[in-house]
Amino acid sequence: MNRRAAVLLGVLAVGLLVLPAVVSSYVLSVATLILFFAYAGQAWNVMMGFAGQLSLGHSLYVGVGAYAAAGIFFHYGIGPWAGIWLAIALCMALGAAIGFLAFRFGISGVYFALLTIAFAEFTRIGFDHIDWLGGPGGLFIKVAQREHLDLLNLRGPPAMFYYLMLALTAGAFALCAWLLRSRAGYYWQAIREDEQAAQALGINTFRWKMLAVVISSAMTAVAGVFFAFYYNNLFPEQIFNISRSIEIILGPVIGGVGTLFGPILGAAVLTILADAITELLAAIGVEIPGVKQVFYGLVLLVVVMFLPHGIWPTIARKLGLAKRD
Amino acid sequence: MDPVNVANQVVAGVLTGLVYGLMALGLSVIFGVVRVVNFAHGEMMTIAMYATVVLFAALGLDPFLAIVPVAAAFFVFGYALQAALINPFITRPEHSQFMLLVAVAIIMVNALLMVFGPDARNVQLDYLLESIELGPLLLDRGKLYGAIVACVTSGLLFAFFKFTRTGTAIRACADNYLGAKVVGLNVKRYYAFTFGVGAACVAVAGCMMCLLVDVTPVLGPAYTLLAFVIVIVGGLGSMGGALLGGVLIGVSEALAGLFIAPSAKSMFSFALLILVLLFRPQGLLGKRA
Repeated sequence: MNRRAAVLLGVLAVGLLVLPAVVSSYVLSVATLILFFAYAGQAWNVMMGFAGQLSLGHSLYVGVGAYAAAGIFFHYGIGPWAGIWLAIALCMALGAAIGFLAFRFGISGVYFALLTIAFAEFTRIGFDHIDWLGGPGGLFIKVAQREHLDLLNLRGPPAMFYYLMLALTAGAFALCAWLLRSRAGYYWQAIREDEQAAQALGINTFRWKMLAVVISSAMTAVAGVFFAFYYNNLFPEQIFNISRSIEIILGPVIGGVGTLFGPILGAAVLTILADAITELLAAIGVEIPGVKQVFYGLVLLVVVMFLPHGIWPTIARKLGLAKRD
Repeated sequence: MDPVNVANQVVAGVLTGLVYGLMALGLSVIFGVVRVVNFAHGEMMTIAMYATVVLFAALGLDPFLAIVPVAAAFFVFGYALQAALINPFITRPEHSQFMLLVAVAIIMVNALLMVFGPDARNVQLDYLLESIELGPLLLDRGKLYGAIVACVTSGLLFAFFKFTRTGTAIRACADNYLGAKVVGLNVKRYYAFTFGVGAACVAVAGCMMCLLVDVTPVLGPAYTLLAFVIVIVGGLGSMGGALLGGVLIGVSEALAGLFIAPSAKSMFSFALLILVLLFRPQGLLGKRA
């Protein structure tokens, strides 16, 4: 990292830390949402951006993680700090099972992507039939007083959730930066670029791909636990929906797949864009359902067409943070 | 369980499945040649369904006659979509193609929502109300005619790819991109033509699907997933496989609805998809890659 990058990162960190003190609760909720998608995008990026395994079913891990922690909290009063381990364990097992089946049977590319969708959809419909977790009617966690801070049970003011999400995003960023420079990171990139060549060099591609899936699913499980305790209500129809998986992917794809800052920047751009469109349409008095999403889709289309590597690589070059090629 | 009732459900499943199969055939043809997974497939189907509903409501045009203008319009639309948007993406990574078509799908669903609103619409034809009695079986006229149209359209498509010069050229592009270029085929134009043909297929399926279900904008993503399940089960890129997969899914949906719960019917389809992916990833009729 060069000096300029360190300074910019420092400014960003300070800005994010003091944010709750200076902005309105609305802006804070937008910021929390940005961090949520930045974190989940970072988790997805481990699998796709680093190891080249396209998952279109990450809502599976968000949903299972959320339901695991919320379920034992709802029924037994076991707090999220314990529930998070159950969520992580379940999602790692699920990720390992899917990865094992797919990689053992040599499923890759489009077929792997469709397999991840199939598992997510299968689980979505399955959860509709689990009465213990509320079924299609949803699972609700009791909402406590907003002003009262109860860190042990994750009940508290919006700023608590903001700082929690900020810590998670920073942690995920550090973890990914470390992973990318570790032995695993180099093996993943070799597999991503050319799996057969990596295999020929003696890399056990099965094992390293499995590691990517398991790390990614564990990280996403944590996002699910946060989701459950932030929103306090869970519906299979929403949390396991394929559009949720797509939302997670949008950030890193727009920001830059395989980069460390891409998921964060992409999440910020997309969330702010969606909000700006809402505000703009409200200002000019248009209230037709669907207009916002059409705009959103058009912007997405333009970015995908004209910035194939995402926004971040372009910006990084402008800021002088990346090596010039 | 009454065996006649079960038989009726199976027959209804087969007939619906043939229409599903025609929809999936469009996806399969596009993937088989262009090697791009059309993530906006179900959304295109919904647009065709709305076109049929509008033609019927405004001009009183019978859905069976609406097939011609709707399929023609979709051919042009598919050709333009491939030529303008997707051709530049064929050498890009899969996730990039995927995002492009997701963007297209988002625009389509919400444009429909803007124009038609969230309420369900349908086509009411008096002559479809009476069922046909075939021994102990009762055949729904809408489903029967839809299935016949699906079979005829599929037959025409098989013949097109088998016997015409254009069809042969398209198969050459699918078999060997570089080889096709070397012998002087304009591969990108044939890609656009293929996407047009796939779009026309889904348009015909949409016209027929109007006879079976009410249309809402949110049907789009559900049909996209359904089409994926069918082509994977049958074999991605295999034309016969798409029809077989459609029938299998149609029957499994009908039986799951009868024996378990209607809400669990697509769980069966996805379980079938997972099993096929694991044990025969090329699909039931697909060739090994």
